Amino acid sequence: MFADYDQIMERLSVNQLWDFPGGVHPEQKKSLSNQHNIEAMPLASAYYVPVKQHIGVHGELLVEVGDHVLKGQALTNNEQSMAVPVHAPSSGTVTNIAEHVSAHPSGIPELTVTIEPDGQDQWISLKPVPDFTKVASVDLINMICEAGISGLGGAGFPTHIKTTSVQPTEFLIINGIECEPYISSDDRLMREHAWQIRQGIDILVHILQPKQVLVAVEDNKPEALETMAIACQQKDNYQVVSVPTKYPAGGEKQLIQVLTSREVPANGLPSDVACIMYNVGTCYAIADAIVEGKPLIKRVVTITGEAVQTPKNVWARLGTPVEELLESAGYLANKQKEARVVMGGPMMGFAITSTKTPVVKITNCLLVPSDEELPHIDDERACIRCSACADACPVSLLPQQMFWYSKAKELDKAQEYHLFDCIECGACAYVCPSEIPLVHYYRQAKADIRNQQEEKAKSEKAKIRFEARKARLQREKEEREEKHRLAAEARKSSMTKDGGAAKDKIAAALARAKAKKEALAKQAVADTTTPSEKTTNETSARSTNQATVSTEQTSKQTKQDKDSDKKAKVAAAIAKAKAKKTKQAAGVVDETSAPSSKKKKNSPITKIPEDTNESEVPAAESEKAKAAELKKKRVAAALAKAKAKKAREAKAAKQKQTEAAEANNNQGEENN
Amino acid sequence: MFTFGSLLIVALLALVFGAILGFAAIRFKVEGDPLVEQIDAILPQTQCGQCGYPGCKPYAEAIANGDDINKCPPGGEATIKELADLMGVEAKPLDAAHGVEDIKKVAFIREDECIGCTKCIQACPVDAIIGAAKQMHTIITDECTGCDLCVDPCPVDCIDMIPVEVDASHWEWNFSKVPVGDIPIKQVS
Ligand code: SF4
Ligand code: SF4
Ligand code: SF4
Repeated sequence: MFADYDQIMERLSVNQLWDFPGGVHPEQKKSLSNQHNIEAMPLASAYYVPVKQHIGVHGELLVEVGDHVLKGQALTNNEQSMAVPVHAPSSGTVTNIAEHVSAHPSGIPELTVTIEPDGQDQWISLKPVPDFTKVASVDLINMICEAGISGLGGAGFPTHIKTTSVQPTEFLIINGIECEPYISSDDRLMREHAWQIRQGIDILVHILQPKQVLVAVEDNKPEALETMAIACQQKDNYQVVSVPTKYPAGGEKQLIQVLTSREVPANGLPSDVACIMYNVGTCYAIADAIVEGKPLIKRVVTITGEAVQTPKNVWARLGTPVEELLESAGYLANKQKEARVVMGGPMMGFAITSTKTPVVKITNCLLVPSDEELPHIDDERACIRCSACADACPVSLLPQQMFWYSKAKELDKAQEYHLFDCIECGACAYVCPSEIPLVHYYRQAKADIRNQQEEKAKSEKAKIRFEARKARLQREKEEREEKHRLAAEARKSSMTKDGGAAKDKIAAALARAKAKKEALAKQAVADTTTPSEKTTNETSARSTNQATVSTEQTSKQTKQDKDSDKKAKVAAAIAKAKAKKTKQAAGVVDETSAPSSKKKKNSPITKIPEDTNESEVPAAESEKAKAAELKKKRVAAALAKAKAKKAREAKAAKQKQTEAAEANNNQGEENN
Repeated sequence: MFTFGSLLIVALLALVFGAILGFAAIRFKVEGDPLVEQIDAILPQTQCGQCGYPGCKPYAEAIANGDDINKCPPGGEATIKELADLMGVEAKPLDAAHGVEDIKKVAFIREDECIGCTKCIQACPVDAIIGAAKQMHTIITDECTGCDLCVDPCPVDCIDMIPVEVDASHWEWNFSKVPVGDIPIKQVS
């Protein structure tokens, strides 16, 4: 297990701490920006509020373009558990809800609400809680969530989720370390607002009921240490601890290790070792949310670096575009060959892609370095296996091995070296004599692994769905066959059951059909005698013949009668077939009645009783045919369109591929 | 006599141990992952049929029976490499006769053009399309494998295959593939 509570308290009482392995001591450079009070910012001309500024999912939008919003009004809801709302930074009009460049290393656009302030800066009605000790924990947690608070230290984990901890807490650790060089936002906040931070701590204590509160501040911030000590002096179980300056002492797991010697297990949480940690900025925001009822709409941002005239700390409203901050600090373009602005510190920050990038909840610093200050890493050289990185790693990993396998895309091997325990602190890259951007490779490898895992999960799902569908189709087929079989059986059995009656019925039906046929045939004879000349002639001739013969032999006549019967039938059939043919021809040619009538005249059957009917049928049919043709044409057009589209797409895809390949090549060359 | 005796003993011992081994082989038989299952787990489960078989499982069976491993375009080189490792054969380039590796896409129905013929539903191997006769149809993007099989059956050609856009959380830290802003991007640490 881990060191027990009393043991830890004993050591802490004499100010003896532990240490974490590795670590580096980069130049601090904090005095650039920490000399002056935090300044307020004038209203920006527009605020770009991304709907997702934390780890998790974003809430559903509550506003529409054109809506007038008040300062502090929620723009998204928090119905889902991992959702944290965002709020309007000032009163004004929602002018746009669209994708906007994100405060992410990729700069990939994300859904963002644009608000143009009206200059009134009018708050919504606030609901402060005068005495939070009388409010139940769940309600307080709910208020924290509604105020849109997620960790302000860097990771951006939703605070209400962290606070809903089920495990009992021994140490509530307040992180005022701020170990990264240049950044001084927490420093200034502690110096100027120690009392409000203390209020935030009180609220957390009320919710979490820890045994001990540790406020950890690095020893390079003596003023902050003092103000925090004064703010916390009335409370017995609050202790302000001065932590030796070493990067990255502010990492969650590292700080816990320094203060308590407990190690958070891999894939574990601080709650596994009965600790919980909040950033000082988060405490300030919690106090704001509960005591004042104000949601999180602003934060302290350090603007620093040698390429700004007056490095300083400002209260920046969330959504303020970076360009306004640069302007307020006086950006010196001549100090940079290529414009470069880093969001975050020099160790863990990232270069932003656009000056329109908004300040978000985790933006603690804007570093605008001169070219000499933070050189471009262009000339990565081969690893000389000096193992300086392994000595610097605070997690005791083997960075050179992870780098090797990450670069070679042997992701399994990289994971064997505990790639996912890397906190991306950048200590290894800082010490590397070959200037290898090691963390960059880890991030790439991690992203690859995550995407692959997602892909695997997805393909697994697809497999299940595919198999389920196959089973369903099979089942349906079997059911259908079963039904048919049953129906057939039923028919058979009913036939055998009252077989006699059925047979009689069938016989009767057959007889009826026969009779009908005969009657029809006779009628046909009568019909054909008149219309077809040939047949008339023949029949009349025969009839005269018959007349002469009839007197002699009646028996013969009956025979003849039968003969003529048969012939008439044949003639009728021929006539019918011919009529049908003409009809078909008329239908196929689908011209007006003129050619069809001509055909009819040509045909030996001169008189067709349903003449009028006939001409109508082709007309209707021709219409149908026209419609069919139209449809055919349309389908053809659609097909052509589709083909064109496909061809285009294929071309585009090819082009993209070649481009991507080129880009890859380029990058490969750059890297080499 | 002595030689005969020792031979007998050795023969007896062989029999006894043989019997023990035989029994153990049956009694402690390890239910190994059948080869087809392993191959199927590597295939991307797009179920597109581009390999010439009606789905990934049938192709997995075919591979187990000695078919080529380079017929799966959606899986691409990565799948071929994994299959080669599993089967202990040489990895070879993708057989172009079955198609080329493409970027990831999902189907999208232009809904106001859909006539509700249900043809695409019948074509979709993973039931990723919702709809009913004479009703508008739509695609469950999360379930769509991008197999392309629904595009051809559509009589009014209202299904598009659109490339999947990467969002920030799926970005692979490839700086050459970021939207161009007004600051040229360079990695920091
Ligand atoms: S510090 Fe750099 S050169 Fe040295 S072993 Fe690590 S990666 Fe290689
Ligand atoms: S970035 Fe990762 S590997 Fe490098 S020192 Fe930090 S924790 Fe260790
Ligand atoms: S929706 Fe279309 S592309 Fe997507 S899985 Fe189904 S058939 Fe394939």
